[in-house]
Amino acid sequence: MLWACIVLPQLALDAVLRRLPDPEAPLALASGPAQLRTLHAVNASAAQGGLRAGMRMAAAQALLPTLATVEYDPQAEARWQRFLAAWAYRHSSLVSAQWPGCIVLEVRASFRLLGPWPRIEARLREELATLGFVHRIAMAPTPRAARVLAGLQDGLSVSNPAAMQALLDRVPVRRAVLPGDSGERLQRMGIRDLRTLRELPRDSLRRRFGAELLPHLDRLYGNADDALTYYAPPDHFDARIELGFEVESHTALLFPLRRLIGDLCTCLSIRDGGVQRFVLRLEHEGRMQTDVEVGLLAAEREPAMLFEVTRNRLERTSIPKPVVAMRLLARELPAFVPASRDLFDVRAQQALPWPQLRERLRARLGDDAVHRIAPTGDPRPERAWRRVDGDDARIDTAPARPPRPTWLLPKPVPLRDARLRIVSGPERLESGWWDGEDARRDYYVLETSRGQCAWAFTLAGERDGWMLHGWFA
Amino acid sequence: MPAVATLDSLLAAQTLWHAGRHPATTSDGEPTGHAALDDLLPQRGWPRRALTELLLPADGVGELALLMPTLARLGRDGGTLALIAPPYLPYAPAWQAAGIDLGVLHVIEAAPRDALWAFEQCLRSGACAAVVGWPRQADAQALRRLQVAADSGDCLGFILRDRKHAANPSPAALRLEHAGDGWRVRKCRGGPAPTRAFAPGMH
Repeated sequence: MLWACIVLPQLALDAVLRRLPDPEAPLALASGPAQLRTLHAVNASAAQGGLRAGMRMAAAQALLPTLATVEYDPQAEARWQRFLAAWAYRHSSLVSAQWPGCIVLEVRASFRLLGPWPRIEARLREELATLGFVHRIAMAPTPRAARVLAGLQDGLSVSNPAAMQALLDRVPVRRAVLPGDSGERLQRMGIRDLRTLRELPRDSLRRRFGAELLPHLDRLYGNADDALTYYAPPDHFDARIELGFEVESHTALLFPLRRLIGDLCTCLSIRDGGVQRFVLRLEHEGRMQTDVEVGLLAAEREPAMLFEVTRNRLERTSIPKPVVAMRLLARELPAFVPASRDLFDVRAQQALPWPQLRERLRARLGDDAVHRIAPTGDPRPERAWRRVDGDDARIDTAPARPPRPTWLLPKPVPLRDARLRIVSGPERLESGWWDGEDARRDYYVLETSRGQCAWAFTLAGERDGWMLHGWFA
Repeated sequence: MPAVATLDSLLAAQTLWHAGRHPATTSDGEPTGHAALDDLLPQRGWPRRALTELLLPADGVGELALLMPTLARLGRDGGTLALIAPPYLPYAPAWQAAGIDLGVLHVIEAAPRDALWAFEQCLRSGACAAVVGWPRQADAQALRRLQVAADSGDCLGFILRDRKHAANPSPAALRLEHAGDGWRVRKCRGGPAPTRAFAPGMH
């Protein structure tokens, strides 16, 4: 395996700079309590002005009155490292962000897909530059070696284990990223490089420097396996857009919505998944929020369709207070099976597939508006059918019975007609004793004075008090 | 000669009524499944890519029986069928007995104000082979939209309405009215309306 290590020397600063309109202006990250503000990191133009990390804020402002400062957020660093791990996942399936301030990824497996190392390296650098992150990249047969080399010299690459060993042997201990402060201590003891270190007796090294140093060296040189914690893409989607102003109209929400849906679909296509259920959360001033729930009958990942469905639901939601931020949350991202479309499909080219049409209808008419029907085995007419929601349910064949009407009334109603003619009947129905809804009726087919063909029943044995239950339409 | 070709195609499309001459009967309609009705209609069946209007004196006079053979055949061929805002519950055992594949029959419930919208969406989408709708309120303009939608979606559209609308003009390509003795053609595109009525064999 060959590992590339991307060291991000000023991750927190880059994360701030990339959202500023003018990254060239002097800027520093500040940390510490109000009385003891110090600079955590400075950008290039601030450094030119004589500022250094660790400097007191008062001194910095005396040197450079135009200095802009942003509060240093330690969590942001971890967040952006995760973001870059997700980005690196596009180039390799083995990505680790376990060491702070850097990303390691296995690249040999990507050679066949993306080309030789120089091409991959150029690609990584170009994308990082576009994203706005200062970086140093090195490649070596072990991840730890790659990390050490990246710290030594940007662009160093070595693919042969023997060459790597020779290179590592000359690395000063202080710069070999040894665990804890052992690098400093070894340096002070007069041990200059890794070769000298490796020649020392292992037992006494372990006694003096703890149990961590030797395994670290073994992994660094590739003498022991290095079990990294690999990055796994998140199994949910959560994105938020702050609007920056208060929005009261639906139309103004559509642009950020389109961006959120676009991000969701990108995430879905990276995961090769779909989404079936998600929440669009409108955040209002204060703690108030409005949730717009979107539920689809099948997993989808078509941006235009998801946008349209969400837009329809959004437009039917009333906005009680101005919206200041929007958040899209999708907890379940199930596998997505694209609907197979026949190459020789005879339908018109702009034809909408049924699942998409169905979601459009459900979005406007309500989740329960579209369904199918299926017969059941129950002899009571009102229970001899059921609704079928979704795609999967199997539709059985109804047991053979005398003709049934195509229309059933939701509830039987009295049928009053002076000129009823009995066409056929009675069909005695006696059933339901087992669940307490006993039915004992005689069903007839009748013709009304207006020429309708009715299905009506009376109490068993009677010829009066017709109750209409269906129409033979 | 493109001009002649255009004229030919106009006549062939039967959007023009060639007065004084019976049109050469073409059989490009969708067979209704009732031989006597096919004989009556100028296109030997339901007009394709168009709206057909059924005008009823009351519900339950055999309007579904008229459509069943066509719906059953389209469903068997894998077409999607949609019912928009039906006035009662479509009774699954009976529809299945009539030969309908219930797997492709979708019932769409819609409030009166949404029914026309849903009807138009289904017709226009191209996803459905046939759409049958019972909109409560539909004026000539709405029917016009449905007719255009059926055309662009290459779909058979059936609109079922009360007979009282028979007096109003309608852009539907075919209008059938249920009279006492059966179905009468009130309007048909591509020829004069036949005077004979069609009485299907009742159950």
